[in-house]
Amino acid sequence: MDASSHDVLLVGGGGAGLRAAIAAAEINPKLSIAVISKVYPMRSHTVSAEGGAAGVVKADDSLEEHAYDTISGGDWLCDQDAVEAFVKEAPQELLQLERWGCPWSREKDGRIAVRAFGGMKKRRTWFAADKTGFHMLHTLFQTTLKYAPITRYDEWFVTKLLVDDGCVQGVVAIELMSGRVQAITAKAVILCTGGCGRVFPFTTNANIKNGDGMALAYRAGAPLKDMEFVQYHPTGLPFTGILITEATRAEGGYLLNKDGYRYLQDYNLGKPLDKPVLRSMELGPRDRLSQAFIKEEQKGRTIQTPYGSIVHLDLRHLGEKLINTKLPFVRELCLKYQNIDPVKELIPVRPVVHYMMGGVSTDIDGATPLSGLFAAGEVACVSINGANRLGSNSLPECLVFGARAGRAAARYAAERPAPSGSALAQARDERRRLEVQFLHKTGGSERVATIREEMQNTVEASAGIYRKKESLSSGSQKLRELQERFGNISLDDRSRTFNTELEAALELGFMLDVAESIVYCALERTESRGAHQRTDFPARNDQDFLAHSLVYRNADGSSRVEYLPVRISRWAPGERVYGDQAPEQSKESPPALPARRGS
Amino acid sequence: MSEQITLEIARYCPDADLAPYFESYQVPVYKEWVVLDALNYIKDKVDGSLTYRWSCRMGICGSCGMMVNGEPKLTCATFLAAYARGGDKVRVEPLRYFPIVRDLVTELSDFMVKLKKVKPWLIRHDKLPLSEGEFLQTPEQLDEYKQFSMCINCTLCCAACPVVGLDPVFVGPAAIALAQRYNKDSRDQGTGERTALLAHPEGIWGCTFVGECTRVCPKQVDPAGAIQQYKVKAALEWLKSFVMPRGAGSEASSS
Repeated sequence: MDASSHDVLLVGGGGAGLRAAIAAAEINPKLSIAVISKVYPMRSHTVSAEGGAAGVVKADDSLEEHAYDTISGGDWLCDQDAVEAFVKEAPQELLQLERWGCPWSREKDGRIAVRAFGGMKKRRTWFAADKTGFHMLHTLFQTTLKYAPITRYDEWFVTKLLVDDGCVQGVVAIELMSGRVQAITAKAVILCTGGCGRVFPFTTNANIKNGDGMALAYRAGAPLKDMEFVQYHPTGLPFTGILITEATRAEGGYLLNKDGYRYLQDYNLGKPLDKPVLRSMELGPRDRLSQAFIKEEQKGRTIQTPYGSIVHLDLRHLGEKLINTKLPFVRELCLKYQNIDPVKELIPVRPVVHYMMGGVSTDIDGATPLSGLFAAGEVACVSINGANRLGSNSLPECLVFGARAGRAAARYAAERPAPSGSALAQARDERRRLEVQFLHKTGGSERVATIREEMQNTVEASAGIYRKKESLSSGSQKLRELQERFGNISLDDRSRTFNTELEAALELGFMLDVAESIVYCALERTESRGAHQRTDFPARNDQDFLAHSLVYRNADGSSRVEYLPVRISRWAPGERVYGDQAPEQSKESPPALPARRGS
Repeated sequence: MSEQITLEIARYCPDADLAPYFESYQVPVYKEWVVLDALNYIKDKVDGSLTYRWSCRMGICGSCGMMVNGEPKLTCATFLAAYARGGDKVRVEPLRYFPIVRDLVTELSDFMVKLKKVKPWLIRHDKLPLSEGEFLQTPEQLDEYKQFSMCINCTLCCAACPVVGLDPVFVGPAAIALAQRYNKDSRDQGTGERTALLAHPEGIWGCTFVGECTRVCPKQVDPAGAIQQYKVKAALEWLKSFVMPRGAGSEASSS
């Protein structure tokens, strides 16, 4: 059995993973650092992020305001100490990326340009036209090439975390090209695998977003936090689910119902003015906008299409010049994939699953409760996003907490002994499991795609934008049934060479676990907050639920949820107000906290 | 019942096959479907062993490049209906000039080595603390290199380049365009180093200026233009080396 060994191992080579690798290499050049990724790192899903990255940089802005926007946007479920660290370090990280060559869009005088974004009261979103994630990822990837201590395992798929005596000691992974199953041991492992949008049928997320890291951690005994909070982005193209960035609305785009009416004015989001107003109308937060769409649909004011009902995004009044300069990718995507030109035509859009607020529970340095295991980026839940993430906070989150996790893991690894010998035995067991369950399996009749499609439709029907007990309970039962049917899966492909059907089956296994955790947490949270809307419990309930849900997997495969109080430092829970009545932020010290579950 | 189309797909599994062969599949044609949707249909419903790469399905991750009827294409951005006239077949093959791993998956290791060779990162001879703020760069200076920064490493240009096909040591259009992306960045001070690396037959002088790379690029990066600019620059540097032995090339400024 082959094995290789490193000090710090990154699983995932997107924005968070590459930032973590560089941070670890810089803090301790003696360490051996490895990045393992199921795709070449520049294919990672960070590449698809469009609109921008928030960081306070202009004289009229302040860290307090960025923190307040984030916390109120998250419906007070954010940990405020984490948010304070985040807003403080975000501008430094974005500046660091500038020093590495990121082609940020500029003002005439050569300074960094910023744009407005949803839920943000000041202009603070740095952008590289509307390909911000693409440029950040390629800048990071190209920069990692100059660091000798960083080894890459491109196109290796991690199937299991190695855990010995309560400590994570590496991974078992398949080299896709050869089919070789191997242990890669490490003193510290950082999960940076991103989100799990593919658990749903209609998502902006790439094919590779299967919750791998969430499931790996969950199976190894680490808890997942706030999994019921799933963000629907209000503007995706129908059929493909391709994201049309919020920057379109920041630049002044309108959302129109079938009568050409700016319907958001009916949902406590302010008055429709010609020019964009911060924290108002089309620049409200994503949860409110997606919920408003469903209400419009219920009133019969959306337009029916073969791919679900839609509303229109109108950019025509912005003019060709602005669209070409600030939103070139939007025009390209509309022309190439929807065959419409936003300079002259309306863009059909509908809400689409976009982002997981929840993830592997970590502290402010990316450490999970499981010794030796760290996580950063969308796979993790620190939590700065609470019940609803603000647009343009996720890219800087990858940088800030990627760097923090990289440094923390490097410090941890420097003090640890080499991994124990049990790794090889565990890797042999894992290889045997893969052979018995998939490659050498006899019998079985289920197809990967069939179970996957049923899972996706189940999760959407039970835990979509609006949920209730009945839908969640039946979804939960159906997922149990799918877990059993998964055991009866049969692959067409038994080759060891680049077996993408085996990979898809393993990803489906991960997604089923993640799907169950989402539905279970949604069932247990009997209140409505941010992106989690229960029609049977329509109000926010701070008395019982100003708390993070932590879901653990029991030894018998069942789950249990515990609650952890939200960490509140400066901003007492208040009402979320958008539109023209948006208040000055509250700066009073928080009141004594109410009793809550699990505290 | 929707219209059907025949896909002829190159298959090759090194465990079982001596050489690639074509297999035909009937798939429905919907007007929204791209070639990649047809491949996914086959994999999900007909033959789970069909092997190809894909991820974002929005033309930005660079994974799903293949030869479609002999042309290098991103299959996520190539509509099936465009080929469905008059009972035409669509032939899908792995990108040309790359070794085949399996079916439509090509071997990229050599491409990755060449990418790194051109030092595609910002080179500075000074070390300014972050507290000094950003390097100033006007929108006009950004425009100087912006186009070359749009490369998604999809390798379509390499599959279109006859020199890549003939000369395995030629660094290729994508890597040269990436070098030029940094050379033309007003913040960079590494032009001299990169020119030294590329000014020989493996580098820019290998290009015979066929221009196919620019024609097939899905992101309008214009690698051929980058190579031409580079040749002019390299020739000037070569001349200057006689006049100013320490070389030129340091044109960066900071704020």
